[in-house]
Amino acid sequence: MQALKEILIVLLILLNFRLLGTSRLGACVQTVALQALVIGLLPLLGPNLPTPWIMAMMAAATLVKSVVLPGLVRRALRETGVVRELEPLMGYTLSILTGTGLLVLSHLAGRKLQLPTGGVDQLLVPVTLFTMLCGLFLIIARRKAITQVLGFLVLENGIYLFGIAFAVHEPWLVQTGVLLDVLAAVFVMGITIHQINREFDHIDTDRFSTFKD
Amino acid sequence: MVLPLIGLIVLLASAVVCGLSKRGDVLGPCAATIAGALAVFAGGQSLLTGASPTITLPIPLPFGAPRLEIDPLTAWFVIVIGMIGAMAAVYGHSYLSNQPRRTISLSWCWYNLLLAAMLLVVLARDGFFFLVFWEVMSLSSFFLVVHDHEKCGVVRAGWTYLIATHLGTAFLLVMFMLLGSPDSMDFVHFNPAVVPGGASLIFALALVGFGTKAGLVPLHVWLPEAHPVAPSHVSALMSGVMVKIGIYGLLRVLTFLGPPPSGWGWVMIFIGVVTGLTGVIFALVQHDLKRLLAYSTVENIGIIVLALGLGVLGIAAGNIVVATMGICAALLHTLNHALFKSLLFLGAGAVLHAAGTGRMDRLGGMLRYMPYTGAAFLVGAAAISALPPLNGFVSEFLVYAAAFHVMSVGASAWSGLIAVAAMALIGGLAVACFTKAFGIIFLGSPRSKTASQAREAPAGMRTAMILLALLCLGAGLGGPWLVGLVMPAISQLLPVSMSLNELQGIFHMLPWISYAGLGLLIGTALLLGLRAVLLRGREIRSGETWDCGYAAPSPRMQYSAASFVQPIGSMFAGLMRTRRRLQAPQGLFPTAARLETETPDFFVQSCFAPIVRGLARLAAAFRDLQQGRTHLCILYIVATLLLMLIWHLG
Repeated sequence: MQALKEILIVLLILLNFRLLGTSRLGACVQTVALQALVIGLLPLLGPNLPTPWIMAMMAAATLVKSVVLPGLVRRALRETGVVRELEPLMGYTLSILTGTGLLVLSHLAGRKLQLPTGGVDQLLVPVTLFTMLCGLFLIIARRKAITQVLGFLVLENGIYLFGIAFAVHEPWLVQTGVLLDVLAAVFVMGITIHQINREFDHIDTDRFSTFKD
Repeated sequence: MVLPLIGLIVLLASAVVCGLSKRGDVLGPCAATIAGALAVFAGGQSLLTGASPTITLPIPLPFGAPRLEIDPLTAWFVIVIGMIGAMAAVYGHSYLSNQPRRTISLSWCWYNLLLAAMLLVVLARDGFFFLVFWEVMSLSSFFLVVHDHEKCGVVRAGWTYLIATHLGTAFLLVMFMLLGSPDSMDFVHFNPAVVPGGASLIFALALVGFGTKAGLVPLHVWLPEAHPVAPSHVSALMSGVMVKIGIYGLLRVLTFLGPPPSGWGWVMIFIGVVTGLTGVIFALVQHDLKRLLAYSTVENIGIIVLALGLGVLGIAAGNIVVATMGICAALLHTLNHALFKSLLFLGAGAVLHAAGTGRMDRLGGMLRYMPYTGAAFLVGAAAISALPPLNGFVSEFLVYAAAFHVMSVGASAWSGLIAVAAMALIGGLAVACFTKAFGIIFLGSPRSKTASQAREAPAGMRTAMILLALLCLGAGLGGPWLVGLVMPAISQLLPVSMSLNELQGIFHMLPWISYAGLGLLIGTALLLGLRAVLLRGREIRSGETWDCGYAAPSPRMQYSAASFVQPIGSMFAGLMRTRRRLQAPQGLFPTAARLETETPDFFVQSCFAPIVRGLARLAAAFRDLQQGRTHLCILYIVATLLLMLIWHLG
């Protein structure tokens, strides 16, 4: 069991790197969905199984994040006709290098962080931090509004992972709150992307700086 | 304690109704008048009986329940707030009547909130709630100041006030944090002995924090900005009452700081002298009536602080006569200034209302068109110039008495000498200033067409002004009675070792002031009667003003506001730095010529403006950070979070 769990954690890290290194938006959406699925599987392998009620909540959350939300983003992709992130603010090679730096940073921080862990995997904390940082990095370093939505989703995945790792007893308290936020964010951004695209024929957020005061 | 609570409930409820509906134009002033009357009654009751009822409101709040108390010191200020609040409300009802109902209603919402907040500030006995009410007071008065926000310069003045008052509050916050403990912010638990830096640090913080509200130089800069732009009844309330809350705060802090060292007295005397002189000198050269009155408020606050400084010096030296006289003068002048300054602001508002401008060089001869307003304004001007038999004379007389007593005792004779010299100079300049104000506005002939079409103020405005004028006269004649009334409040500020029993003799000269004042009134009445008798059966002719042999007299040949004070102004030219733009007459047959003078505030120009410019430059350096890109904004947030994480894990 433990070995399987570690494999899944390593898989999460690799998925993050894939997000950082690919320009194809379709692949990005797929990766995010896969990441949500992996995170949903993790607690099932844990030392102590959650109660059925919490399990049901987790299943619902995983379903929403790995099927519903990616579906919404895919629809936005189809409608805007954007396939690739062609000119990111930071190149893909450099992104992967930065990701490596972030991983090292997360690892160092995770080792020093004093948490009431109690039997939690040593690898889990750094990966949680790394996933959050990757999400934020996507928001900062990419140009298309869709990639930014994906960044939010990845950030949420990281927070969710944190929730199930530490708030073992009431994780759904954390996640339902976060999930609601993200759902709202995706809807708002989906609508916004649609409207922006219709209005300006592009969804490059860095060209919105003319709106500043 | 029931009466002020009813008053507060009336005020708050009416504020809510006025804020929500359009029907506040009658309800608002009515509620303010009722609550004001209740407050005066409650304050008088407490002063006469000497009781200090206290009540803890059963409202569960994070920092404990608010405790309210009326002791004599509070009662004195409650009377001032209630009296002026009610008068200004009566006046304001007519003053605002030509504006849209929604605007009026909203204005009364803030007005009643301001009244309630001021009452709560003086009633509060807990540092936390004191600050909360203090903040409500500052904010509601800010919204009253920007009432006419569509006019040019009003919002800017409002911001100046808001910034100044919040800077002051920052000092108060630190002061209460030092004084209080996490368990209790109640005044009775304050112990300045445990404060690092001692009581003197607390005193300094209080002086800056409360001094900003009171308008001590150089923190007075908001007064001449905010008072002229606010509606006149609001100016009256702010200038007459709200700045006094700063004085109240200073007095209240003095009650729990223990025996003061003489240094505090010296500091207050120095600040009082500087404030008084600066205020009156700048008042003298203003061309705008309400601005002039605002500077005159600064002057009178200077006199109050000077008197208080003498009192504190007396306490420090163990001289009970000086201590009592000084504090008594400060408290009496607080009431007196509230009476005549609000009267003057109401009069200024009536002129503004009738002639459409407060610029003195556009007015003139208003006494003919507005006899009641003119007479009331004259009473106020005479009172503020400390002329007997009016109330200003009584309190300034006490300041002189305290100063002379200090000199005769000889312990710190210099302070008395400085005080007397400064008071004499301030008094003389104040007379010149208000001679100019009354003379230019009410005498002579109108200098503009709008001024010549002025009509007397409506009944509501007249009533408030006449009542205040009568109160000025009453307080002048009833000086000894008022001193007796304020005695319990004074004894709160004196150390326990000083008993008031031996004091019965020191105010023996006060009744004589009243008798002399009464004699003056009777003498004037007799002279008027004699005049009437002598004129009986004779023809009375009235000619044109300034008709002394000129071929074609024109209103423009009169003294202007600037020319009237030019001789005095040139004496203080170094301080005032008046800007002159002169287009002198040229050639043998000169045609056009003009002279403009303008006196910007010395402290704004040389002290605050450079600081603000520096801050603006510093802030401009950060403008590059704001690029309008979401990416960058999020990058800043992430970078900050990461730095904090790394710093925390260190």
